[in-house]
Amino acid sequence: MLRITNLFAKVEEKEILKGLNLTINAGEVHAIMGPNGAGKSTLGNVLSGRDGYEVTDGKIDFNDKDLFALSTEERAREGLFLAFQYPVEIPGVSNMEFLKASVDAKRKHHGQSELSAVEFMKLARETSKRVSLDQAFLKRGVNEGFSGGEKKRNEILQMMLLEPSLCILDETDSGLDIDALQIVANGVNEMRSPERSFIIVTHYQRLLDYIVPDFVHVLANGRIVKTGGKQLALELEEKGYAWLEEEAV
Amino acid sequence: MSDFQQLALQLATQQQSPVWLNGLRAQAAVDWQKVIWPTRKTEHWKYTSLASLQKNVPAQWAVANDSWQQDVEFVAVDAHRLVFVNGIFDAASSSELPAEVVLFSQANIAQQAVIEQYLGKIVRGEQHVFATLNNAWMNEGIFVHVPRGQIFSRPVYVVHVSTMSTQPASVNQRLLVVLDENSQAEVIEHFVSTAERQNIFVNALTEIVVGDNAQLQHYRLHLEEENIQHVGAVHVNLLRNARMRGFTLALGSRLKRIDYQINHRGQGAELDLQGVYLPRNNQMVDYHTNVQHWVPHCTTNEVFRGIIADSAQAIFNGRIYIHPLAQKTLAELSNKNLLTSNKAEVNTKPELEIYADDVKCAHGATISQLSSTALYYLQSRGISRSEAEVMLSFGFINELLQQVAEPAVRDYLLPRLAVLFGRDQTLLEMAD
Ligand SMILES: Nc1ncnc2c1ncn2[C@@H]1O[C@H](COP(=O)(O)OP(=O)(O)OP(=O)(O)O)[C@@H](O)[C@H]1O
Ligand SMILES: [Mg+2]
Repeated sequence: MLRITNLFAKVEEKEILKGLNLTINAGEVHAIMGPNGAGKSTLGNVLSGRDGYEVTDGKIDFNDKDLFALSTEERAREGLFLAFQYPVEIPGVSNMEFLKASVDAKRKHHGQSELSAVEFMKLARETSKRVSLDQAFLKRGVNEGFSGGEKKRNEILQMMLLEPSLCILDETDSGLDIDALQIVANGVNEMRSPERSFIIVTHYQRLLDYIVPDFVHVLANGRIVKTGGKQLALELEEKGYAWLEEEAV
Repeated sequence: MSDFQQLALQLATQQQSPVWLNGLRAQAAVDWQKVIWPTRKTEHWKYTSLASLQKNVPAQWAVANDSWQQDVEFVAVDAHRLVFVNGIFDAASSSELPAEVVLFSQANIAQQAVIEQYLGKIVRGEQHVFATLNNAWMNEGIFVHVPRGQIFSRPVYVVHVSTMSTQPASVNQRLLVVLDENSQAEVIEHFVSTAERQNIFVNALTEIVVGDNAQLQHYRLHLEEENIQHVGAVHVNLLRNARMRGFTLALGSRLKRIDYQINHRGQGAELDLQGVYLPRNNQMVDYHTNVQHWVPHCTTNEVFRGIIADSAQAIFNGRIYIHPLAQKTLAELSNKNLLTSNKAEVNTKPELEIYADDVKCAHGATISQLSSTALYYLQSRGISRSEAEVMLSFGFINELLQQVAEPAVRDYLLPRLAVLFGRDQTLLEMAD
């Protein structure tokens, strides 16, 4: 699914990722943990192709294609999805219109016809129920005035509609109340399948009680410095990151 | 006198009007010969050239025709409707009118007296060049009088259709709205053209008095495109505790200049004015607004937004003037512009002149490109860059459109502007 080899990336002339390696096979769930500023969101942005994130070395294969040859929108249509740590508010653009445009873009890319407005409304309403978002949120501006938790659920709603093959969730659990955490976790678990992989960036091992990962990685100083199973998250909860960063240097 | 002035004067003499308007017209014709024709050096005409009027003077009156019906759709509102085609009243397309809405030529003696009391008086203080011309050119007009304590249950909807003329031709429009105390009304002015190549020059002047405790909702929609030349103005006096909620929109054309002159003349008056301008191709739009606070305790909230595409040009000059007596004024003016091409141009100048010390005022203007973060967010969902740009541009004005109070106006504009921006209109309608 995804093979990252020796990735180096800079933001504003500052080197953030420094030789990162990571391989994710179809069907796997990988958790990435690590201290603030380690480069977790940077990795997500590099994967989705954000301007200003300059890759200086390394390569990434996504479904046997060179990821860097694809534009941001092509990556999305090919099945890469990034749930933002900070979803963007876009007043004036209705959530409904936005969601339909993205679903249609993907469908067209795969040679399918656009959904009719009626078909799409039905799909969007059903899906918003799955993340317990009231239908009123479909009419509002994209994320406009949504609470932190509502924004995160709107990200999951998009993920469900787009049915990506690789889902990157950047701290989707931050700011969620206990019920919302459960909703998001259930949503992810429902979507788990042998063809779909997840990268779950989180600071809290609690989420991993709900979404049980196959692997847990620690990203520090721009590299994966440790990889383990689910128990690693518990160990980190207890000991923090200092011991790993020391090891890594 | 310039060529235009000369020929305009001849046109004035050809106009037939009710005799009781002759005095006003004659005086205006005298004044017109003395006005200084605006050039790029004239204050408030710096960025807007009148060369196109001079070059091809619309030296005859436009005549009516009825080729427009297929092209023009009305706002779907249950209203007292008056339709003018090339400046000529079209009774067949208009609805039956209540006694309070009349043409000048139909006004009874009592109404004539009220018209004479206000006509040309509200505008006089500002004496705009084209207002003088409008007076001199006047043959007809619409008078809306909302008597004391009365609430109009239906809006007054005035449609001005321009169609192509064999020669460049002129149209003169006049509207006088008087709201007596404690009355309420809604007035929609809708300018529209057929899709032909246009050669009409429209001079459209509106005078409004909102009396004590009266409330007015006013719309002025300029949807004529391309070669139409439109110079228009709305002059308003707000009396004690009067409230006006105004909305205006302009697509661009060869010449489109609209002035709003609003005076807070009675304490406690409130003004909400929102505007949107959308010039494209080689078009231009010039909005000049001037809100004057003469007395204490009045409020102004003014928001204008423009999207300037291709090699279009926009001018926004928004002035708020707080006179020395106008203590406790609250005034805000915001103007935001979005340039969607690097050949697009905007000249924005918010001016706040404050001569009272106990006031709260704010103003600001911005010129921006689309937010790169928002573009990235949309692209990260598979939406192409170009589509994302269109969505964000439309979103920028949609914020104001969503606040339009009259649902029929909103429903009329949304799908039409959505088409202009290539948006899916069914989805916009269904999301409601
Ligand atoms: N656009 C940017 N401009 C300047 N510096 C940036 C930019 N984006 C990221 N950085 C810097 O890169 C480093 C890594 O940031 P990143 O957001 O990837 O960290 P993170 O691991 O996601 O942290 P957190 O756990 O706090 O979300 C930080 O030092 C951050 O300040
Ligand atoms: Mg982060």
